[in-house]
Amino acid sequence: MARTLIHAPATARKGEVVEIRTLIGHTMESGYRAGSDGRTLPRDIIRRFTCRYNSEVVFSADFYPAIAANPYLAFFVTADSSGSFTFTWEGDNGFAQTESATITVT
Amino acid sequence: MISRVATLAWLLASAGALAQTTGEARRSGFDTMSPALRAMQRDDQQNPGMLWVADGEVLWNKIFGISFSCASCHRDARKSMRGVAARYPDWDPIDKKPVDLTQRINLCRTRHQLVLPLPPESEEMLSLEAYVAYQSRGMSLAPSTATELEAPRARGRRLYEQRIGQLNLSCSLCHDQLAGHVLAGATIPQGHVNGYPTYRLEWQGLGTLQRRIRNCLSGVRAEPPPFDSDEMIELELYLAQRGAGLPVEAPAVRP
Repeated sequence: MARTLIHAPATARKGEVVEIRTLIGHTMESGYRAGSDGRTLPRDIIRRFTCRYNSEVVFSADFYPAIAANPYLAFFVTADSSGSFTFTWEGDNGFAQTESATITVT
Repeated sequence: MISRVATLAWLLASAGALAQTTGEARRSGFDTMSPALRAMQRDDQQNPGMLWVADGEVLWNKIFGISFSCASCHRDARKSMRGVAARYPDWDPIDKKPVDLTQRINLCRTRHQLVLPLPPESEEMLSLEAYVAYQSRGMSLAPSTATELEAPRARGRRLYEQRIGQLNLSCSLCHDQLAGHVLAGATIPQGHVNGYPTYRLEWQGLGTLQRRIRNCLSGVRAEPPPFDSDEMIELELYLAQRGAGLPVEAPAVRP
């Protein structure tokens, strides 16, 4: 289970634009580097990040080998109803991780 | 003649710079970083070092060996470990030698938990160390004043000032006399030790002061002393003294 750091506000006013920040611990091995034995290390990266807000996709991103280890993403979402954010990271070797956060909109 | 004048000017300039870095003008590496990197360090949701701190908290409460976790003896790290990283390296009265934080954690493992020491720079060791160092965040570096440390600290200072390697450079030459100048596109920092273990973008991971020193030494094409060797601890002792008073930033972010 990879480690994550997620910042999402617990409350917001209706219509407010809120910032969400996510960081996940991942090596993002590019597939181009050589290991200590001289052999190329196989690629192991996150391929896709998705953020769902009450099961609707509000933000997604494709990742490529040039993205650094422990990728950090910050993005903005308009808060329109109470509910939950679901964050999904998917990648090579069957990597999949889901985290969530709840928000109360007043 | 001209070269002699130039040498004299160089010596005068370096004496001035040397005085500067030991007095009020000491600056954490944080102050010379770009605004984006500073923001990355300040924000705990953006600072990747916090991943290791979170892991360290889990390990702190995990039972190793037969029946001991760190918390079994030290209880709440937020209280018991506050100020510890600001003080280390410290004198170990049992082995009668100076030890740094990594060695201290390993001594606890071998003496009390009765388990094997963790290898240097292993993820588990880095996590525990980051968690312990994090408890001192914001405190001033306050090196141990044990009298036994005076001799090894003085040896550390000599190592710091001694020219070494094929490039024939000393630590002091860059980090005291040329700090603030530019080397290969990067500003030379004063080389203070208030942020370790540090997340370096170049490493894309967390690392200790010893790893950093070994980097610098291979950079000047010297043979780096092995991890946990006497020379390493002596250098760490002197560097802690040199940075005394600067705030602990662990886990810091550095380029």
